[in-house]
Amino acid sequence: MIQLELRPQPSATMAYATPILAVVLTMIFGGLLFALLGKDPLQAIITIFWEPIFGEHSFYYRPQLLVKGAPLVLIAVGLAVGFKAGIWNIGAEGQYIVGAICAAAMGLAFYPTESIFIFPLMVLAGAFGGLVWAMIPGVLKVKFGTNEILVSLMLVYVAEQLLASVSLGLLKNPEGFGFPGSRNLQQYASAHNTEIIANTGMHWGVVAALIAVIFSHVLFTRHRLGFAIRVTGEAPRAARFGGVNPSQIILFCLGMSGVLAGLAGMFEVAGPAGQISIDFNVGYGFTAIIVAFLGRLNPIGIVFASLLMALTYIGGDIAQSQLGLPAAAIQVFQGMLLFFLLALDLLTNYRLRISNVERKS
Amino acid sequence: MDLSAINPILLIAAMIAASTPILLAAIGELVVERAGVLNLGVEGMMITGAVCGFIIAVNTGSPLVGFIAAALGGALLSFLFAFLTQVTLANQVASGLALTLFGLGLSALMGQSYVGIKPPQMVDTQMGFLSDIPIFGPIIFGHNIIIYLGLLIVAGTWATLKFTRAGLVLRAVGENHDAAHALGYKVKRIRTLAILFGGACAGLGGAYISLIRVPQWTEGMTAGVGWIALALVVFASWKPWRVLLGAYLFGGITQVQLNLQAAGVVFPVSSIGITIIIICVIIASWNLIFAKKKSRQYYFWLLFLSIAGVFFTIFFQGATVPFKVEYLAMSPYLMTIIVLVILSADKSRAPGSLGRAFHASQ
Amino acid sequence: MKLSHLLAAAALAASFAGAAIADGHGKTKVGFVYVGPVGDGGWTYEHDKGRLAVEKEFGDSVETVFVESVPEGPDSERVMTQMALGGADLIFTTSFGYMNPTINVASKFPDVKFEHATGYKRADNVSTYSARFYEGRAIQGHIAGNMTKSNIVGYIGSYPIPEVIRGINSAYIHAAKVNPDVEFKIIWAYTWFDPAKEADAAKVLIEQGADVILQHTDSTAPQAAAQEAGNVVTFGQASDMGQYAPFPRVSSIIDDWAPYYIARTKAVMDGTWESIDTWDGIGAGMVGIGEISDAVPADVKAEALALKAAIADGSYHAFTGPLKKQDGSDWLADGETADDGTLAGMSFYVEGIEGDIPQ
Repeated sequence: MIQLELRPQPSATMAYATPILAVVLTMIFGGLLFALLGKDPLQAIITIFWEPIFGEHSFYYRPQLLVKGAPLVLIAVGLAVGFKAGIWNIGAEGQYIVGAICAAAMGLAFYPTESIFIFPLMVLAGAFGGLVWAMIPGVLKVKFGTNEILVSLMLVYVAEQLLASVSLGLLKNPEGFGFPGSRNLQQYASAHNTEIIANTGMHWGVVAALIAVIFSHVLFTRHRLGFAIRVTGEAPRAARFGGVNPSQIILFCLGMSGVLAGLAGMFEVAGPAGQISIDFNVGYGFTAIIVAFLGRLNPIGIVFASLLMALTYIGGDIAQSQLGLPAAAIQVFQGMLLFFLLALDLLTNYRLRISNVERKS
Repeated sequence: MDLSAINPILLIAAMIAASTPILLAAIGELVVERAGVLNLGVEGMMITGAVCGFIIAVNTGSPLVGFIAAALGGALLSFLFAFLTQVTLANQVASGLALTLFGLGLSALMGQSYVGIKPPQMVDTQMGFLSDIPIFGPIIFGHNIIIYLGLLIVAGTWATLKFTRAGLVLRAVGENHDAAHALGYKVKRIRTLAILFGGACAGLGGAYISLIRVPQWTEGMTAGVGWIALALVVFASWKPWRVLLGAYLFGGITQVQLNLQAAGVVFPVSSIGITIIIICVIIASWNLIFAKKKSRQYYFWLLFLSIAGVFFTIFFQGATVPFKVEYLAMSPYLMTIIVLVILSADKSRAPGSLGRAFHASQ
Repeated sequence: MKLSHLLAAAALAASFAGAAIADGHGKTKVGFVYVGPVGDGGWTYEHDKGRLAVEKEFGDSVETVFVESVPEGPDSERVMTQMALGGADLIFTTSFGYMNPTINVASKFPDVKFEHATGYKRADNVSTYSARFYEGRAIQGHIAGNMTKSNIVGYIGSYPIPEVIRGINSAYIHAAKVNPDVEFKIIWAYTWFDPAKEADAAKVLIEQGADVILQHTDSTAPQAAAQEAGNVVTFGQASDMGQYAPFPRVSSIIDDWAPYYIARTKAVMDGTWESIDTWDGIGAGMVGIGEISDAVPADVKAEALALKAAIADGSYHAFTGPLKKQDGSDWLADGETADDGTLAGMSFYVEGIEGDIPQ
């Protein structure tokens, strides 16, 4: 019988080996799935994992990895801070939407004036929007003890309705022939989140994501607050005896994740997306939750997890058009990858032992 | 254009019917969470149930067999979650989200050749003369058998949790898994069974959508109902009867919203105030009659809110705003938050071990 | 701009591929970007039928590729670029939200032809195309006005955008023409896709007395609700929904993209492709009218078919004066027909429809 034994220290080797093992296992089982669908499994796997990074057109796809990964990193880093403290903000999608709406509204308020101050103001507006939306569950939790999982999730749906409302009303492009959606910010120089270095995918959101990663890393390795957050998550009672104010931690964690999610929305609406529309949000807020866990709540890990997710999205789309794989098969493939990554994480913290003695109970 | 176009009896009957998928999924998730497990994969299990039920119903010609298959399908998918979280001790939040992703993809693959097909029809239960009773007839009788099954499951869950030893053990496992383990209960086995039950219920809820409510198969057709069910469990503070109430509220507001639109009613601003007052009164009387005593502060807050509602109503009396569908569509979610705040003084809280992994050697 | 250089180089490669076709050695590659899954049974499903028709028409001389469920925004831009890099000669982008991405990508690949559905931005290598669904609505309205006994017609709209408003107006004008007492009850579902909500909306309309339901959402949920109610008339939307014929579904509006897709692919093969703005209706076959079932009285059916013929040959326009706007102001004088510009951005109800368009 196989038994689990808790390792005294998480295994460093396994921490690196398991993700690779998980990817290999996904390739095998995913390959089986693709074979069942009548596609060449090897070619499918190569298309998904190899093509975007090293393939013929990788000069285009590599920057796209950053474009797709940056919002995930921004949101996931913020969420990880809260998750470490046991604060479950699962409403990042809503904070992302509200951040984008506020930023776009700020930018469009100045239209068509050109000024270098507009973009920074939009950044502030985006952060503010995300902050406000995250503070609602935060303040309610502190004041009334309401469950932040539920409140933040509910606010996602509220934000989606708000998005539909402004797309059809307040922010609707007056020159858009009555169609929903705002003006195109890509054509408004002062508000456009351009590539800093052309051909690299490096827009300001990528820079912000990198700053967030460094900030979060320093917070947890060097700063007292990071320590307090960790203790709150692992041993809430000990934290309170240690003089940690739980309300402050709650507000800080939710606020931080809200600001970062709002910023992600801001950089997206001003850059790659270009406009507010009814279907502006594509689920970054929810995907980021998975990314945060795949990265083991570690900022550096999150960067890799985001890039991996981005890779499967981009590679998946290529596989769809080149091999005719249905989108659903790609989804199942992504699901498998997550399952294996999550399941094999076990080996990092536990050791498998084969024992002959059956336990009595 | 007035309210008289809305038939309250039909409205209530429609509310009951519309809330069934949420109700089924939520009661299953309630059991799961009572056992200390948070499964965010409800949407994935529902859509899997929806497609399994549809495929089997079409092939066998029997909706009932379809429902059985849906329950099995949902349970089978949830077994994956059980394996991940109970055997490999993976994080429950992430596993649940991954389960939803996987379920959505899998169901789409399975249902590829079933798009545009009409499933066998399920006839409403014939209750003879009972359905002809004025007012109560259409509301209580003359529904689909699955709706009664849903109510039965709620009642059964309530009774099991409250009165039986199995229910006690389940709650013990959810409250404090270490203590339950020390007492010799098999924490993992109990949790796995709870997860399977949750999956089966979610599957039934999904099949209700694909076989009765819509009825057709299209990819992603559950359109977020699973998430609402998840919210509902917390809204109901983990109590079966409140799940029922909450399901009617959630399902009902959409119905009311659509009814108001069709009748072309303009929105009287003062109704917000009236709604607040009504909610406060309901909660206060509910607590006075059924629940344990609350602190004075609790009633003070209710009173304060009611008075605020009265002022609001008077101030905005007669004012109407053009009908904003977006805001009405938001209202169930906003109401949930408001009710949550009001209920927060209530002592009911999440199961102690909710979301935490259990391993015996800890 | 280095990127544009690289992309220009890639585009050059693509044009080499094009040269190969001219020699008769290569296949013409046609890409399709879909907003929903192929299995949605509605909008995307019909576009994919068009794609299959292209394959069937040209056989081995054409290769089609598609990507489904592509979110509007940067993801669609990436998918289009990927198709262009992969050697596509012609790319159909089948949702309004792809408008800006299509223009962006098209500017980087001057030799690839793009076709954007339902939008209004064009370029030298970007055409737009859309269907005059309101012509079909006129026929539905005519049948609805005749068939309703309660004089209440229910209408399920998705979002209050010109396309949907146009449909409501067209249906109302023709229903009121044969039945001046008719009243429209409109529900905005505020979703493109939520079968359960569509079912609920249909049931609510039926409960409030509607005995004809028109839908501008693509699922069969309202059909099933009508069938359950027993005496309610419906019309298929996007696809024929023939499984509900002959009753409740008495006719349908079918999106038929096949003729257009075939013609445009042919144009690329022949080298005659030009940027155009196509807005076709019944006449060109882009809007199909599903068989009118025998549940419709013979004389009404004959009138409806006559109306269809008149619209098809251009002798009748669905928006012909005298017409007034909802507020009573004059819109079209006697015999005057609406211009396409007004129709494209229509954001008002005609006289007689009650209620406000949500803003």
